[in-house]
Amino acid sequence: MDRLWSVVKKELLHIWRDPRTLGLILLLPGMLLILLGYGINFERRNIPAAVADLSKTDASREYIEYYTASQDFELVYDAASEQEILDLIDQDLVNVGLLIPEDFGRKVATGESASVMLYVNGASDPSDVSAIQLKLNAISQMAAQEILIERIQSTPAAASLQLPINASSLTLYNPDGVSYLFMIPGLIPILLQVQALILSALAIVKEREQGTMEQLIVTPIKSWELMLGKLIPYLIVSVLNLFALLWLGDILFDVKIVGNLWELVGLSMIFIVGSLGMGVLISNLSRTQMQAIYMAIFIVLIPAIILSGLLYSRGNMPIVTYIYSELLPVTHYLEITRGIMLRGVSAAMLWSSTLPLILLSVIYFISSVFTFRKRI
Amino acid sequence: MTRAIETSQLTKQFGDFVAVDGVDFYIPEGEIFGLLGPNGAGKTTLMRMLCGIMRPTSGEGRVLGLDIVRDAEAIKKRIGYMSQLFSLYNDLTIVENIAFYASIYGVPRETRRKRVAQVIELTGLQGLENELTRDLSGAWRQRLALACAIAHRPPILFLDEATAGVDPVSRRAFWDLIYSMAGEGVSVLATTHYMDEADYCNTIGMMYRGRLIAVASPDTLKDQQPGILYQVDCDRPANAIEVLQLQPGVMDTSFHGALLHVTVEPNGEFSRLEKTLKQQGIEVRSIEDIQPSIEDVFLNLVDEERVTAQSVKVE
Repeated sequence: MDRLWSVVKKELLHIWRDPRTLGLILLLPGMLLILLGYGINFERRNIPAAVADLSKTDASREYIEYYTASQDFELVYDAASEQEILDLIDQDLVNVGLLIPEDFGRKVATGESASVMLYVNGASDPSDVSAIQLKLNAISQMAAQEILIERIQSTPAAASLQLPINASSLTLYNPDGVSYLFMIPGLIPILLQVQALILSALAIVKEREQGTMEQLIVTPIKSWELMLGKLIPYLIVSVLNLFALLWLGDILFDVKIVGNLWELVGLSMIFIVGSLGMGVLISNLSRTQMQAIYMAIFIVLIPAIILSGLLYSRGNMPIVTYIYSELLPVTHYLEITRGIMLRGVSAAMLWSSTLPLILLSVIYFISSVFTFRKRI
Repeated sequence: MTRAIETSQLTKQFGDFVAVDGVDFYIPEGEIFGLLGPNGAGKTTLMRMLCGIMRPTSGEGRVLGLDIVRDAEAIKKRIGYMSQLFSLYNDLTIVENIAFYASIYGVPRETRRKRVAQVIELTGLQGLENELTRDLSGAWRQRLALACAIAHRPPILFLDEATAGVDPVSRRAFWDLIYSMAGEGVSVLATTHYMDEADYCNTIGMMYRGRLIAVASPDTLKDQQPGILYQVDCDRPANAIEVLQLQPGVMDTSFHGALLHVTVEPNGEFSRLEKTLKQQGIEVRSIEDIQPSIEDVFLNLVDEERVTAQSVKVE
């Protein structure tokens, strides 16, 4: 115990004697949270659209209004032909095009079936594309329905006519669809992951490079004492980061923790220990600090950002990718932060995330102890 | 007498390269043993194996009676180790460095403060306790490294090139310190490539290409040298050496500054050679028979090794 405490004290002194690095460690995650919290927005509003109204009738102008009435689409170009719409999409000036043929007005007026053409740029973000398609479908159907009802209302049967089903939807927990309410609890795990991993990935290999490791391995220090002694100071730093991030989320984005704060802190500490364990494991396997940083970024950090479920749903992943994402503690921790912070779920109900998280953290820490060799 | 260190056919190979080749030697307790040899001779590798941080490829070794493979961790508790890098934490103060190692070596909390103070006094670091290590000069860093290595009073001390890069005065002071510790019964294994440091050791082992080619006290090694060594002061030494090399009975010649070292067969007389030089018009100012330096001994031994190696190849 005495040895463990000495290692902790020494590591804390290293951190304390390098105030510039300490400042970066404490400030950068918060700054990134602010930048990304405001920056990433999933809602697509004012999608630029082009319309080629070849009919130029009241009916066609009314029809176009259905699309522009909501803030979803913004008419930025008046096109003269189908070709112009296609050109605008090619140049990435609009994402959506609407072609109303010359006979549109006449056909609507005479009760014939009129046709319009919708163009969607499929070469943008796939989830954007599907959202745009849904919106277009909904709007075009609504427009068709209303035109139909208008027609029927001018007949005698109109009085008793109503839409057969009137569905309304209620969005739970984030009723206004504010994206940072979803983003903040996702960004916190990613920021803690980067922090913990970079700090610990250098822990062992740094001493190896500066030559102090040789002096340490000729002492009777035990592997677990050294590993744990290195982890504890970084755990303290990371928990400080966690509180700073939660506080910023509250005051800047009004993201309140709906669930139990201390459950969140406890599980966060388990996650941090796992991430630090992963970092030390990388450190043990590296000969130079450069190697350690490369492994940390390519094996853990980039997958953590893309595969953890922060940006994309994991449900449709190919099996290998899915398994890989399951091996990242951050994937499970992200479920936990969203669960506790947004939905107020208790840790016990999140067992399908807490159990793998605890298991992975234990495995990574233990492997960090066993991969450390007290030999040259 | 008990033996602090003992090895038998200790060997370390890195791929095809044999870094340490069947080394047999022992160090009695309380003795200073110096391992001499050029860079790359295998001194550090041998020492690392004895400290339990490198596994031998074959052979055996015991430190304080403990096996260097099976009992590596037990050995680590009982030894002090100081490497050529003076591997200290630059952002820690002198006291913090010593206290850290003292606690890692299990010096109990109650006596640690006192022990750290003792070591600081012993190594003459008083007054610098709270200096950051990065601000210290090489000689002070060397003392600090020694202080860290002896904070737990190890009965055996390993010094790996511990005087590298330190000025001669500090080196002398350092060896005085090592002497006083040996006087208290501490055994010391030191490696160095400074040949003049050999005279500080009770016994020296000469290493060359992984093999221990000679083990004896410095005086014995010097006395064992074949022939008599003369130091000659004359004008035109470059001409003189050419003349002398051709004379029968001359075994070896070399420059030492402006002076010549000439080794003559044991029954040979230098007066004959002096005449020869005079005949060539070279004036001899003085002739002295001297004891060979450890460097002379080492170069002779290496020459012999080369000859043996070549004759083995011819066979």
